[in-house]
Formats: sequence, structure tokens, C-alpha cells
Amino acid sequence: MLRKFSIVLVVLLLVLSVAPTMAQDNVTVRYFTFSAAPDHLEDLDTIIAAFQEANPGITIEVSTAPFDGYFTLLQADVMSEAAPDVFELNYENFVVYAANDTLLNIDSYVSGDAPYYPRALEAFQYEGEQLALPETFSTVLLFYNADLFDQAGLEYPTADWTWADAIAAGEQIKALGDDYWGLFSPVQFWEFYKKAAQQGECSFFNAEMTESTINSAGCVAALETMVSFFDTGIMPTAAQMSGVSDSELFLSGKLGMIVTGIWMFSAFEGADFAWDIQIEPAMNQHGHHFFANGVAVSAATSQPEAAAKWAEFLTASEVAANVRVTSGWELPALDQPEYFAAYLEQTPPANRAAVFQALESPVTPPVIERQGEMQDAINGLLTQVVDGELTAQDALDQAKEILDGLVK
Amino acid sequence: MAGNKGWYKWKWVLFFLAPSLAGLLVFIVMPILSSLAYAFTDWNLLSPPEFIGFANFQELLGSSRFWLALRNTVFMIAIYLPLAFTLGLGLALFLNRRFRGMLIVRTATYIPVIASWVVVSLVWKWIFNPSYGLVNYGLRLVGIEGPAWLFEPTSAMFAIVITSVWKDMGFIALLFLGGLQNISESYYEAARLDGANPWRLIRHITLPLLSPTMFFVVITLLINYFQMFAQVWLMPMANSAADRQVETIVTEVVTNAFSYNRMGYASAMSWILFAIIFVITFIQLRLQNRWVYYESD
Repeated sequence: MLRKFSIVLVVLLLVLSVAPTMAQDNVTVRYFTFSAAPDHLEDLDTIIAAFQEANPGITIEVSTAPFDGYFTLLQADVMSEAAPDVFELNYENFVVYAANDTLLNIDSYVSGDAPYYPRALEAFQYEGEQLALPETFSTVLLFYNADLFDQAGLEYPTADWTWADAIAAGEQIKALGDDYWGLFSPVQFWEFYKKAAQQGECSFFNAEMTESTINSAGCVAALETMVSFFDTGIMPTAAQMSGVSDSELFLSGKLGMIVTGIWMFSAFEGADFAWDIQIEPAMNQHGHHFFANGVAVSAATSQPEAAAKWAEFLTASEVAANVRVTSGWELPALDQPEYFAAYLEQTPPANRAAVFQALESPVTPPVIERQGEMQDAINGLLTQVVDGELTAQDALDQAKEILDGLVK
Repeated sequence: MAGNKGWYKWKWVLFFLAPSLAGLLVFIVMPILSSLAYAFTDWNLLSPPEFIGFANFQELLGSSRFWLALRNTVFMIAIYLPLAFTLGLGLALFLNRRFRGMLIVRTATYIPVIASWVVVSLVWKWIFNPSYGLVNYGLRLVGIEGPAWLFEPTSAMFAIVITSVWKDMGFIALLFLGGLQNISESYYEAARLDGANPWRLIRHITLPLLSPTMFFVVITLLINYFQMFAQVWLMPMANSAADRQVETIVTEVVTNAFSYNRMGYASAMSWILFAIIFVITFIQLRLQNRWVYYESD
């Protein structure tokens, strides 16, 4: 009896001693994403398969949510101490999550030799720590209907254009008929901070982020330029659009130019007119959105090494980059021109090089912890300027007061 | 059978009620009490809540957005309540008649009630479209240039109320219909024998005997409409003045809680809304003796 018991005990001890090693070798990393679903789940599976093949013992478990509900779900997970090990963040939310100590300093877990765009890598640093890795980038450019330019006898937009040139061309296109419009460049927060950067002498906050400077002469000038698109009659108001979206208007062939994101390439592919892109016109200088998504590792993860390994593979591996470029997902934030050769060859648009030209003048949004309130407040005031209820100066004076309260 | 009384009986009652009581406690009572506690904190959902006393209440009482939301809510209720009440009562009086096909008519009037707000808002957004919508088309036929309904704040609120009345009328009529059918035919027969005309029948029999239902309808509509959300969230056109200015208390609560991550502030606002609804309902209950007639009295 004693002998049998001893054998069982020895076997049990052996199993127990091996178990932690087995557990360590077989870890599951939970990954939460908004960019993959619904169109790129198979592409994500391809990346995961390549990663799991290169890293036996690490299993990636994916959950997805649409962008609209993603951050509510993520908050609920973080709050209930059930945060996914790895998750996607856009730049604005990155700052909020970083400020609340929910992200792991990933520095010591990654190789450090991945070829990220330096600017993109910097965007995901917070107080000197690398708290996420840049995953993809996107930008906004000037799309134009080449047929309408031909019809109006105009030269196509060039990289040297200013907004005065765009307005002049828009007026000629508007003259083609009552239902034609020259330009659509929305008057809202996202466009305003970019136009402010193009103006060159406008910043929403002082360097210390303690006070708003949004009512400076430069900002007023930037806003007045935006509103002049309506004043010159080349851009339709929301009521004139009657619920038709800006992209639908462009696709209808009645809009000469639209300022919109490169994610619209596939939507415009089927247009029955010739179109192309150009970098945005300048005010005093060029400025282009630099929208970046990043991948962060939760500060509460129990397997930081495996999680960071996945984050790095997802953002910087050649496999991931190729899958993203060939599937038309999003562009990897990597400074590797050879990865983009296939992307540059696709048409339309013919001038895809403009996407990378735009990266020479990147503008990231002003970000504060109370971001949503700032955006809504500014959007509300911009609407009042468009509706003629406030002058640009009055609106920005009010905006300053609100923003000062938000950064207190 | 002492066992059927006292504690022994309550044990069994509790035993059978336990599943639903547990759900009620966990999903209703606890969140309500928690929200009261959170109303005194600064909590962004990512860091632990921090006690700040009455600061949230002070802030929201001084907030122009809160007062705008309250003003919008009251403005819409002021139009909605009499309109929905009158049209609902009129529809109930019509549905209370007997004629061929009435069952189909009754069913048809209830369909909007069960329709999703998402679907309803899509249909009515088209109806209110300033360029090709039915409403402005109709107005143009009589020489009137209609407003940009869902683009401008004031006209958007009217449009929201009209849509809400259309959607809720079937429900209100159903409540009134229940009340109407509880009135005994013998009252009408006696009055007719005494020579009462149709108006006097309504004035002296229908309305007094329907007053408890009317009271119930008013209270229900007020409580529901103070909490209006879906229609205000869905109907104003994106990027328009209406989109940014037509806010009600509940849309403000949701925005602050889930867009601005200000759970404490949103909780405080919810409790202010509760207080407003409580006071109004309390006043109505106290005033009901003046106009509500119960047959049992």
C-alpha cells in the first residue's frame, strides 16, 4: 500500500513540476481590435497564422468590435480588471489611456530595431515611455474630378496650390451649373486643427498645455479661410446637401474637389469619371493629417513578453505589412518604401505618391484628457460661425474660455 | 395549519421570488444605488473614483449645456403632451366604434409603437428632408417654402415631436380604449333615455369616467418623455446645427458617461432628472383629487 502511494506521489510531483513549464510554453494572448472587422478578419487570420508558426506556444485569441462601440467595451474591460492583453488604440484615446496608467511600458520587451516611421513611434510615447507601437497611418488629401476640371478648362491641382487657387478653381466649376459645386472641405474640429497648422501661426494651446491660445489672430485667419468656402458659394451647406453625404456628392460627378481620407480610394474606384489626388493646398505652409492607430499592451497583462511579441509582429513584421498593403486594409506605419511598391502601382488614383508626400508635413491633433468635450465644444461653435450666428473671432474667444476650463 | 402563516410562509415566498429578486437587486437596485454614490465622485472609468462631494451638482447647475438640455426637454414635452394626449384620445374614441375591418385598423395603429426607433427615424428623416421630403413637397404645393426641418434646432424639435406623437399614438389610444371599454353601456343608455345628446354623453359620462385613465396617461407620458433619448439621438442630421444643439437631459447623460468618460457627472445629472420627475409626479398625485373621478369613491 505504502509502495503504491509512494509511486502515485512521485508521479504527482513530477506532473506538478512540469506543469508551470507547460503553462508557460502555451500562453494565450487576448487581442482586441476595431480595424479588422468586418472586412479584414481573414487578413488578420493570415497574420496570426504566421505569428503562431514563428512563435509556437503562443496562441492569439481575437475579439472585435466596431469602432463606435469599441472604446466603451474596452473601458468596461479595463474597469472590471479584464482588459485584453493587447489592444488597438487610436492616437487620441492613446493619450487618455496612457494618462491613466493602463498601458505597459513596452520598451524593454521589444527588439527596438523595427523600421517604424520615427514620427509615428514618437506619437505613441507618453512622458518618455513607449506605451504603444504604431500600427497603421492614414491621411487626408485633395481628391478632384478630372473630368470637371477639363469641362471648366482648368489645369489640374498641383502641389504648389494654395487655398486661393482652390477657391478660384472651385468658382469656375460652380459656374458649370446650379447643381455643381466647387469644393467640399468640412468645417469641423478635425479640419480646423489641420488648417490651423497650415496657417502656421495658430496653436490651440500654449507649450505647457495650461492655457488655450485658440483665439489668436492666426487661428481666426484659418477659420475665416474655412468659412470663405461657403461665402464664395463653392461649397454646399448641410441643408443644401439634404442628407446626401460628401462622398455621394463626389460620386455623383457634381463636385469638383473634396478633402477626404485615403480610406475612400476603394469607395471611389467605381466612379464613372476620371479622378485623382493631390496634396492639400497650403495656406502659409503645408499640413496634412497624420492619423495613426497603435497597438498597446495592457499594464495588467500576466504575459507581457508574449503580448509584446505579438504587438511587434502585428505592427512591424513584413508579413503583416504585406497583408495590409495588398488587401487595402490600412498602411503600415513603417519607413520601408519597398513594402509600398505594390500600393503605388494601383490606380486610381494615379498620383498615389501624394500619400507619402503628405507625410512630409504631418499634423497630429491637439489632445487633452477631456478630448471629447473639446471636440464637441469647438464643433458647436464652428457651426454657429457657418450659420452666421457668431464671427470667427467671437467663436474662438468663447472656445478659449471653454478650453481653458477643460485643461484646468 | 400554523405552518402556512408567519415566517414559514414568507420563507417559501422568498424562495420562489429569489431568482427574480436577485436579478432585480443586481441589475436594477445596485446600479441605482451605485449611481448615487458615483454622483459624488470624479470617475473616468479608467482610474478609481475620487470623492469630490457636491462638485458635480454644482458644476451642472452652472452648466449652460445642462440648462439648454433641460429647456429643450421641457419645450418638447410642452408640445408633445397636449398633442399626443388629444390625438390619442381622438383615435381611441374612433377605435371604440364597431365597424367592419376595425380589427385591422386597430392593429395598423399599433404597428408604429412596436417599430424600432432606428427604422422610424430613417423613414421620417426622408419625410422631413428639405429638398425631396414629403412634408416640404406638400408645403410647396400650397406655396409655402418649408424649413430645413432636421438641420435647424427649433424645426428639428418640432419634427422630433411630430414623429414621437405618430409613434406613440397607438399606445396612448390603447390605454384610452381600455378605459373607454370599462365604462358601462348602461350609463349611456340611461342618459340617452333622459335625452342627452352625443356631446353631453362625452362631457358628462365618458370624460369623468375616463379621468383615471387620463391621469395614468399623463403621468406615463411625462415620465417617458422626460427620458426621451432614441429619437433625439437619431433624428437630427449629422454635422448640422440641430445635431449639435438639440440635446436633452438623457442624451447629455449618455454623452457625458460614454463619450466624455465623466461617469460621476453623468450620474449626478441622472439624479437631478430623477428629482425633477419625482417632484412633477408628486405634484400631480396631490392634484389628482381635483379632477380625477374614481367610481369606487
